[in-house]
Amino acid sequence: MEWLNALLAQNDIFNATTLAHYWSGFVTTVQLVFVSLLIGLIIAVPLGILRSSKNPWISRPIWLYVYIFRGTPLLIQLYMIYYGVTLINGIQESIFWPIFQDAFYPCLIAFVLNTAAYTAEIIRGAIATTPRGEIEAAKAYGMSRALMMRRIILPSAFRRALPAYANEVILMVHASSIASVVTIVDLTGAARDIYARFYAPFEAFIFVAGIYLCITFLLIYSFRKLENRLLAHLKPLS
Amino acid sequence: MKKLITALTCAMAVSGLAEAKDWSNVRIAVDVPYEPFEFKAPDGSLTGFEIELGNAACAEIKAKCEWIIQAWDGIIPGLLARKYDAVMSSMSITAERAEKVLFSEPYYNTPSAWFGKKGLTINTSSKADLKGKAIGVQRGTVQDTYVTENFSDTADIKRYTTADDLVLDLKGGRLEMVFLDYPVGEQTVANDPEYAAVGEMVQVGEGIGMAFRKRDNELANKFNAALKKLKNNGAYDTIMNKYFKYNIKM
Repeated sequence: MEWLNALLAQNDIFNATTLAHYWSGFVTTVQLVFVSLLIGLIIAVPLGILRSSKNPWISRPIWLYVYIFRGTPLLIQLYMIYYGVTLINGIQESIFWPIFQDAFYPCLIAFVLNTAAYTAEIIRGAIATTPRGEIEAAKAYGMSRALMMRRIILPSAFRRALPAYANEVILMVHASSIASVVTIVDLTGAARDIYARFYAPFEAFIFVAGIYLCITFLLIYSFRKLENRLLAHLKPLS
Repeated sequence: MKKLITALTCAMAVSGLAEAKDWSNVRIAVDVPYEPFEFKAPDGSLTGFEIELGNAACAEIKAKCEWIIQAWDGIIPGLLARKYDAVMSSMSITAERAEKVLFSEPYYNTPSAWFGKKGLTINTSSKADLKGKAIGVQRGTVQDTYVTENFSDTADIKRYTTADDLVLDLKGGRLEMVFLDYPVGEQTVANDPEYAAVGEMVQVGEGIGMAFRKRDNELANKFNAALKKLKNNGAYDTIMNKYFKYNIKM
């Protein structure tokens, strides 16, 4: 601890209090991103499958949802959900208010809807590009559509979707920084607080930029490991 | 070679001229809206107490002033980056800010006050009464500092980028109370009959000053002299009485 105190004594901004503030911001960012990605993925898988359906009554509404959430900025979606709900008459007295009173859940809802739209599109694209030979082989074995989906199309589509999904995860980490505009103290919110207290924008923001870089590096590394495992069969032999 | 030297000498002479500013044009940053100090009139023009006072001071120093609208968050970095020459946007004088900028003499000070639902009875100076309450402040203001120093261990403090967002969340029911500059709260919160000031007013900070870059002593002195003159010749009072029912002169 001695060396840490000595190191911290060299500057005015990074002391035990501000580092604790950054830490709680880090925890909030990780929670927000992890939970929204998880729920987003759970919603996106059926949406991606139904989106590839030939029945327009199923695929069109999903197309509309994806179009709206990919076609508008996440910041606007967040504002609409966060400030929009307070304008609904009687919401303050309803049973939903405990959810919307806090900033965390409106923000989570916006993030989930946004990432689910992007992920559904990634999955739909991967399903659409399933090699024809694989489907023909499955049909030749007499597989039903459901069985074919479960055994052939989805496993192959998930593998193909992985690099694009890794990209979506990283974008989501960065997009989560806008949570700070609705009073959530995530990493960026912590940096804004510290910046406002010490008027040192460079130090406050370069520090969080470094943390975001570390998170991104970890993600890239884990996804590469995962790709190496799951896409091993596509690699050249030598 | 000779030509080059002449050219260099000329260039240096020209840049030397540019350095010695005569301050006939001054760009002043302001964060809008912050009623009644600065806001847009229905026709879109800038108006308010500080705008009128600033224009009067500019007339005093015979400078042509241009108002530049700048969000509060980046108002000091913008000054240091020479996007404008002064800030006149209800900036409270604090020791932390004085490390980065040069302040003029204070030209006004207003009390701060708590605002909440009408009929709310809370002892706003008691930590126990504020326990667990969601209270809103504008990030980086002296009100933020006051609340952080006194109640950060008991109350749930939420920090907003603009005063508008803060008021929106109070009226949307997310905040129990907000701690604002009294005149601002009176115009933006208490104009709604359901809301009112709660508890005692608090005097925070050392008053409001204009901010300049540290090296622009000359410009700061000019404005100090002009503001002093306006305070003494009655022009200040005329502008103040137009916007306030109480005294904010300092």
